[in-house]
Amino acid sequence: MTAATEHVTPPADAPAPAAPDAAPVPARRERLNPLNLLNSGFLVLWGIFTAFPLLWAVMTAFKTNREILSLPDCRAGWRFWVWLWCMVDPPTSLEFDNFTRAWTQASIGVYFINSIIVVSGSLVLTMLLGSMAAYALARYEFPGNRIIYFGFVGGIMFPVFLALVPLFFVVDNMKLIPVVGQYITLNSYGGLILVYVAYSLPFTVFFMSAFFRTLPTELAEAAAIDGCGHFRLFFQVMLPMAKPGLVSIGIFNFIGQWNQYVIPLVLMPDPDSKVLAQGLASLAVSMGYRGDWAALFAGLTLALLPLLAAYLLFQRQVQAGLSAGLLK
Amino acid sequence: MRHGKYPFLVAFLAPPVALYGVYVVSPYLQAFYISLTRWSGFSGNVEFIGLANYRRLLEDDQFHTALVNNLILLACLPVITIIMGLFFASMLNIGGRRGRAGIRGVAGSAVYRVIYFFPQVLSVAIIGVLWLYLLAPGRGLVDRSLDGFWLGWLTPNEGWLGNPGTAFWWVLAAMVWMNVGFYIVLFSAGMQSIPRDVYEAALLDGASRFTTFWRITVPLLWDSVQVAWIYLAIIALDAFALVQIMLGNAGGPSRSGDVIGLNLYRTAFEAFNFGYASAMGVTLFFLTLIIAVLAMRATRRDRVEFS
Repeated sequence: MTAATEHVTPPADAPAPAAPDAAPVPARRERLNPLNLLNSGFLVLWGIFTAFPLLWAVMTAFKTNREILSLPDCRAGWRFWVWLWCMVDPPTSLEFDNFTRAWTQASIGVYFINSIIVVSGSLVLTMLLGSMAAYALARYEFPGNRIIYFGFVGGIMFPVFLALVPLFFVVDNMKLIPVVGQYITLNSYGGLILVYVAYSLPFTVFFMSAFFRTLPTELAEAAAIDGCGHFRLFFQVMLPMAKPGLVSIGIFNFIGQWNQYVIPLVLMPDPDSKVLAQGLASLAVSMGYRGDWAALFAGLTLALLPLLAAYLLFQRQVQAGLSAGLLK
Repeated sequence: MRHGKYPFLVAFLAPPVALYGVYVVSPYLQAFYISLTRWSGFSGNVEFIGLANYRRLLEDDQFHTALVNNLILLACLPVITIIMGLFFASMLNIGGRRGRAGIRGVAGSAVYRVIYFFPQVLSVAIIGVLWLYLLAPGRGLVDRSLDGFWLGWLTPNEGWLGNPGTAFWWVLAAMVWMNVGFYIVLFSAGMQSIPRDVYEAALLDGASRFTTFWRITVPLLWDSVQVAWIYLAIIALDAFALVQIMLGNAGGPSRSGDVIGLNLYRTAFEAFNFGYASAMGVTLFFLTLIIAVLAMRATRRDRVEFS
């Protein structure tokens, strides 16, 4: 900062060569505008507000329960760094045993695997059925097309609570179907998968049919002239072209289905069939009573990390998807 | 290619339509009928009682508490979140605009954006559990921090979530915390699409930072604000997961933090009063409908297109 102030560039509006974002032209105003300082202060403060609670949870996951119980009084030391260290309160040692306890005893492992099975099944099925319906509705004219389309899209605005009671009985009654019934009733992966797919369809159909409508018709016509059937046209021509749209809506559905809370709460009451979100919430209550904070925070951290990974991955994917869409 | 169109359409549409009909359309329709009955569920004994459930809702104090809480969220959450979102987004983008005309991000704005956005990808259950423990009496981060700033006396004796006067407001705080980041990023993207010459013109005319913000940035972002308003209103009418996790099934101390979704859940799956619960669901539906229509009306303005 000091180096930049010393060398004064004669033409006032020439771009600063060294640091393009270190900005204001020196001639007119001082560099450290108090307003800008205040500005950065707010930004940093909100950053701390957002990030520190999460960091605190991760740090607590590495502490022993004895360490968590001890409460140092930060007001004792008047020196700033001592006070700050006391406020941040990092763990003194890394207690990996907490994670083993969370994974096995607190069954985070079971919940985690349940979530992975359900969401991988429902995500694939949502994308497949959603884009099939969207394609048929966007590219073909037939009587009833608009009725089906608005039937799907209308579902976006209904609150899920309205359907909660009847949905419970619909899924419960599936057990009456011979042979397959047991796989799609309450407490079964199949049942939850089908419900997730059904409730993800409105937005998926809405989004994908808008996407299919933007794809050029020439290619489809050329393929049809070459004798390509409807099914091959969809799977080998249209679906690959819709990839950017599929990526965006796939990420959207993944986050939505992975984070779903109230539907599994109602449809998966059995302790062994809980998904991660639900298991974590019931753990928060039971671990609170038992006083095992360390295991609870380890479980919370285990639930956080894949989302952090997915988020970093998601940023890159969406950028790639968007730029691919722009280049077309 | 004309031949075989209908078999193809049936093959492509029948599975999704059937699934949607069974799991989405039929429950929604059934809910309206169930709300007119007295039905304790598992026995086949369904008694049609007309509008009696709705009449009961009018006199149900607990339902009124829940309704009022949802309305408080509806009034507060969008306003606070949108104002904070606009504030931080403008800090990120228009931060150091003096000296050089136009908008320019502050240093490290990409890093801020990644951090701010993070709560948005976390599941609401994780956020609920996190806040439950942030607010734990004594050992939670909130109490520890207040203590470190010589503010420990602020905490009520029963703890933040044990006091009927404070419990619900912390749920609102958690909701703001988890949503602000998304709107910072949304508004930030909107601000970047505003052409620089608009700001240059304002600067030449001697407009202050504040005037630029209110007269240029906000009106040009109105489309995004409208979308934000509707999304946040829908979130405010739900709030089930956070309240259930942070305050428990009962809805907090003396049920002061109850919301409609939680009341419905208790009525259906704890008291097995399915008809009455469905009446609450129908009420929530009409509330959502009214809010959506009102939001569309109230925020309608002429759109500005950048050519």
